[in-house]
Amino acid sequence: MTKALSRRAFLARSSLIGCSIAASPLLTPMSFAAAPWDTRLVVIILRGAMDGLDVVRPYGAPEYSELRGALGGEAPDLDGFFALHPALVRLMPLWAKGQLGFVHAVSTPYRDKRSHFDGQDLLEAGTDALNGSRDGWLNRMLGEVGGVEARTAFAIGHGEMKVLNGPAPVADWSPDANLVLSPQALRLAQMVMQDDPAFHAALTEALMLSDMDEEPGPLSVTVDEDEPMAPPPTPPSKAHLKVAEFTADQLRNDTRIASFSINGWDTHNNQSRAIQPALGRLADTILALQAGVGEAVWQKTAVVAMTEFGRTARLNGTGGTDHGTGGAMILAGGAIRGGRVYGDWPGLDEASLFERRDLMPTQDVRAPAAWILRGMAGLDQATLERVVFPGLQMGADPGLLL
Amino acid sequence: MGFSAQLAEVRFGYGMSPVVAPPASPEAMLTALAAPDEMATRFPIDSFDRFSAWVVETRKLRKAFQKTKNQEKREAYRAARRAQNEVGMEWAMRAMLRCTHTQSGFRERLVAFWADHFTAKGKIGLLRTATAPYIEDAIRPNVTATFGDMLSAVVTHPLMLHFLDQNRSTGPNSKAVKRNDRLEGLNENLAREVMELHTLGVGGPYSQDDVRQLAELFTGLTFGFGEGFRFRRGFAEPGAEQIMGKSYGGDPARLEPVLEALNDLAVHPVTARHIASKLAVHFVSDTPDEGLVTHVTERYLASGGDLMAVYTALLEHPAAWDTPRGNVKPPVDFIASGWRALAVDPDHVARLRRRDMRRTLVNPLRDMGQPWQDPNGPDGWPEQDAAWITPQGVAMRLRWAVSAPQVLCPDLPEPMGFVASTLGDFADEHVQFAARAAESQSDAIGMVLAAPAFQRR
Repeated sequence: MTKALSRRAFLARSSLIGCSIAASPLLTPMSFAAAPWDTRLVVIILRGAMDGLDVVRPYGAPEYSELRGALGGEAPDLDGFFALHPALVRLMPLWAKGQLGFVHAVSTPYRDKRSHFDGQDLLEAGTDALNGSRDGWLNRMLGEVGGVEARTAFAIGHGEMKVLNGPAPVADWSPDANLVLSPQALRLAQMVMQDDPAFHAALTEALMLSDMDEEPGPLSVTVDEDEPMAPPPTPPSKAHLKVAEFTADQLRNDTRIASFSINGWDTHNNQSRAIQPALGRLADTILALQAGVGEAVWQKTAVVAMTEFGRTARLNGTGGTDHGTGGAMILAGGAIRGGRVYGDWPGLDEASLFERRDLMPTQDVRAPAAWILRGMAGLDQATLERVVFPGLQMGADPGLLL
Repeated sequence: MGFSAQLAEVRFGYGMSPVVAPPASPEAMLTALAAPDEMATRFPIDSFDRFSAWVVETRKLRKAFQKTKNQEKREAYRAARRAQNEVGMEWAMRAMLRCTHTQSGFRERLVAFWADHFTAKGKIGLLRTATAPYIEDAIRPNVTATFGDMLSAVVTHPLMLHFLDQNRSTGPNSKAVKRNDRLEGLNENLAREVMELHTLGVGGPYSQDDVRQLAELFTGLTFGFGEGFRFRRGFAEPGAEQIMGKSYGGDPARLEPVLEALNDLAVHPVTARHIASKLAVHFVSDTPDEGLVTHVTERYLASGGDLMAVYTALLEHPAAWDTPRGNVKPPVDFIASGWRALAVDPDHVARLRRRDMRRTLVNPLRDMGQPWQDPNGPDGWPEQDAAWITPQGVAMRLRWAVSAPQVLCPDLPEPMGFVASTLGDFADEHVQFAARAAESQSDAIGMVLAAPAFQRR
């Protein structure tokens, strides 16, 4: 026998029978107060160290062809000095509309050891040095603006997003984790987890987020033996599109900040081939965000893609690049003043390279991020330099936002 | 407090089993670890040599069809690839069966710990299933050796040389580079990770210069499929290298100075502390007792990195037993301990369809955030509990708990007995209630496996 019960009715009932989820701040009604600002910010962490010199190619520098050799492919020209990697050619219409831009020769304050993991930790912490703090800069920013609701900010996907870690409420979800259990099973699961705050909070949030963009359809009380355990597996090659589409769905509603990762940038070997899949995912992601949010929201959206550090200026012995220092930041969206490559270009002659091997960073990667936060949420410069990015000197306003 | 047999299984093994008796003492755990490796014989996984032979054969098949564009040959190549993917799935099931039936859960946990510490995987399609044979050769036989022995085995293993790009790294002034324009120099990847991840740790006393010197010393470490590891003198950078104030090697280049440098790194006090701390975090707590870490470090140094002595120190310290159960099982361990709690029958596993293997193991692991033997980078999987207790992670675990056991174990156990055999003294009243109140046996089993008492150790 099966008895239909809607998810919402179940949630209401389970709160009546004493499960403590009713007390959770995450179980406020489905309508959320609008965030105190309207611009959407998507922060993409490019894990593995994206080679900025390959993505935004300074072909106008006389040393470039010597350092990098024959690159192959038609790299679309950007501004007469820089050209775009051919694998991003699908983004050129955005460039033409001023909705794609770059900041070159940026890095975190991290130097010398060139560890991916420390580099990413510092990038996400937004601090001057690794000091054991577990908070991310986006979370500290949320703490400063106030009025933040459960779904104002979203960490998306299976990997941990340290950039959003911290005390301010952040939703955390992967689009393929919907719960398909009987209401009784869910209720009992809440009960067995109720004394363990971490498990209980995670399950409560999962219940909130499950099927959130679907009508709360009836759930079967008996487990159907033939019911698939999991939705049909998404081919790994398309998982990033699901993340982008889910992100776009949230941004159309109350979410103002979303963050996820794109991996696969660690191109130690055969640079020209190794970087292509990751660039393909990046282009797919930006275009899926644009299509998914719709024209009106896209006009208010800023996408910021940043990486832990750049790579060596020279190709290594295996046609790849090793861990470096200065890199590039990618900006997209209708809120961005694009169509240009920002940054102070240091040059590629050997004396201008950092430790004679890496692109010299001429600007802290946190500075453009700080100016974007200032433009979208109106945070004052002192707060940004002391709290969100402690120790940062933002410098002059580059005017990254329209 | 002190030693408890149930905690021994939970904290240092893959949980309690209804059919395998727990160890009686820390000494019994060490004796079982020193005994012959029964599980490796009962549930075999190919050696890397055997796997390499498959790679050689399959490359021939690929060449044959690329040359002739003959459809039959193309199909033969594809069939070989498909068959190997099935073999890889079979190895994953055997790894689960080892955890399920072993008398030494500690051995299986140590194999997993060191395989993670020395993460390596294939970066091209043909090597998709290479990790299990790598672990079988370089890690498993060495979990009771010295750390230096394991480090040498790993650093000279073909899969590590492939994974961290050592295979084609050449000395800028080597003979090979002088003869061949296309070879032109160093790749620092392996040298950096040996210092940063494998030995000293990222805060360790080494500089970019030391990384570069170690990379120069490493030139010549190569392999070929079919021939295995090979030291190629022609790739080696001439001259001696200075690493952390000591000179290694010279001309002619030889393998021995490389092994000497690895051994010096292995017995370095900073390495001792790095390893002791990782063991304490992995087995005991994300924030381990300082006394425990110091005790293990001292034994490491006194024994020259003898791993049996290191484990003895870990198991004899009171903090190993008195620290509350806080660590969350990562997804692989969560599923493996579910298998053990259900005493999954090898004969039943042999009858499982591929689809069932995918939906009870491969897909759930991916969705819980730990795709089988496929971490993102050489630093392996996170240790912090927060990385695993996410809404989607917990949702996927709950889904697995209520739906996978009936596939793995068609005669599900009686729920109250299952609570007792799985959670023992760790069962609380909520789990007892849930196991009784669930409306189906599969839900009841699921509630036990979803309980924090099962998920933490």
